[in-house]
Amino acid sequence: MLVEEKNALTEDIEQLIKKFGKKRSALLSILHGIQVKHRHVSEHAQQEIARLLDIHPVEVYSVLSFFAFLNTNPKGRNLVRICQTISCDMKGKDNIVRAIERELDVKIGGTTSDNKFTVEYVNCLGLCDEGPAMAVNDQVFTKLTPEKAVQILNKVK
Amino acid sequence: METKSKKRTGPVIFSGYERGSAITKALSMNREDILLEIRESKLRGRGGAGFPTSTKWMLTAAALSDEKFIICNADEGEPGTFKDRVLLIEYPELVFDGMVIAAYTIGAQQGIVYLRGEYEYLYKSLQDYLEQMRKDNLLGKDILGKKGFAFDISVFLGSGAYVCGEETALIESLEGQRGEARNRPPYPVNTGYMGKPTIVNNVETLATVPHIIMKGSEWYKKMGTGKSSGSKLFSVSGDCEKPGVYELPWGTKISELLQLVEAANTKAVQVGGASGFCYNKSQFDRALAYEDAATGGSIMIFNESRDMLKVLDNFMEFFVDESCGQCTPCRIGNVKLLEGVKMIHKGEYTFAYINKLKELGKSMQVASKCGLGHSSSNAFLSILENFNEEIFNRANGGANEN
Repeated sequence: MLVEEKNALTEDIEQLIKKFGKKRSALLSILHGIQVKHRHVSEHAQQEIARLLDIHPVEVYSVLSFFAFLNTNPKGRNLVRICQTISCDMKGKDNIVRAIERELDVKIGGTTSDNKFTVEYVNCLGLCDEGPAMAVNDQVFTKLTPEKAVQILNKVK
Repeated sequence: METKSKKRTGPVIFSGYERGSAITKALSMNREDILLEIRESKLRGRGGAGFPTSTKWMLTAAALSDEKFIICNADEGEPGTFKDRVLLIEYPELVFDGMVIAAYTIGAQQGIVYLRGEYEYLYKSLQDYLEQMRKDNLLGKDILGKKGFAFDISVFLGSGAYVCGEETALIESLEGQRGEARNRPPYPVNTGYMGKPTIVNNVETLATVPHIIMKGSEWYKKMGTGKSSGSKLFSVSGDCEKPGVYELPWGTKISELLQLVEAANTKAVQVGGASGFCYNKSQFDRALAYEDAATGGSIMIFNESRDMLKVLDNFMEFFVDESCGQCTPCRIGNVKLLEGVKMIHKGEYTFAYINKLKELGKSMQVASKCGLGHSSSNAFLSILENFNEEIFNRANGGANEN
């Protein structure tokens, strides 16, 4: 990691602390902010958060590793999450997954070689009446067909 | 997603309401009278556990502290539940007015909406809505001219953990800790967020309050059954023509609901989500109520073509994923139950072992630390019991292989 990148990351964390407060209860919001911008919370980021909040880095890692939407290794530039819970499963989520895997040349759980997409399963998105459903970054798409899912992903930059 | 507001109708929540009107009325009442009204209405927690709302409120109101909190539990993670999504999109005025009334009643200064990470796309619209409330003096200082009544609401975004729907796990994660449930007692009403008295109420519970304030407890409890007063939002999905959110009086029979949503050839109904119970045809006359087929609102319908072992497999995968791992019965128990499902699928099991797994499921219900482990074996036990023939005859002919 370049020194400038390190400094920029520290600045991001300082910004988030300014917004949410220099306190333990701000930790999850800070982690979320870093996750959204950098697509993961690196070891260096964890140490900086710990330093700036004045807690032990293990405390940061402990919280970070608990939550499904936070991760320590970088993901692709766009995160595709397909609901795997029963209502979406019954509406044909397997066909959606197969179509996406074929189109993007990636297996579920993996990242495309150009780093553009990470494709994962997610537990119930709360869109059971409009399944099958998927989330692309912070947007959700419902009543998918394999064709529609592929179309949506092809429009993503 | 379909975000355009649909014209919904229902006896309570989906009836008409003017933003702020219940706050105006509540501010003209004594705090004791509000508590009494809520108690008389027999309103119970809508997340599924059914704890009397007035008891939570009274204990928090009675707790001595200069700081108290109202938390709206919008960590709607139970598979098959999506009513809170609809409420937050289409009826935010009910949810937030309910929070303001709760704050006035117990003397809280701060409210927090714990929004599940999966609903991040609602974050902005909720923030905008709260900003408008501030402009209209429904939040902030001296709310609607009531001297000394100051209250504000913030939105906190979760990060994808089902267990955080459990109120003490939710509070832990708000405090910047792992979302692991606390030992109880002490309960949040005394030792909640930041160690202060805290109410944690479900979105739907809070959304019901303004209507009870406006129309009174007598009107409210005329609906429903003796032990389950009023109405309930049901999130219906699966094999039916009209999935969606329905508001019906408590006590509605499963068969009546199936008719309403135009479900045909129904074989099974899972009531209460993955943590709920699965009923077969002979049980469709059961009533949806706390004292009978209890539910936080999730209703999942399965028709004759569905393989119930596959359904169970999906539920158990969910719990293995979502168990926080803090206590052994839940961490190991769910893995063992899932292995059992896979064994049945392969036909490699003995009834002696399956019986042991059933015993394990019952142990998990008493020995686990929080609601997740208490309820995660419900589906396993009820599906094996109510679909016994289908599940155990599959190896001899595989009639149900999909």
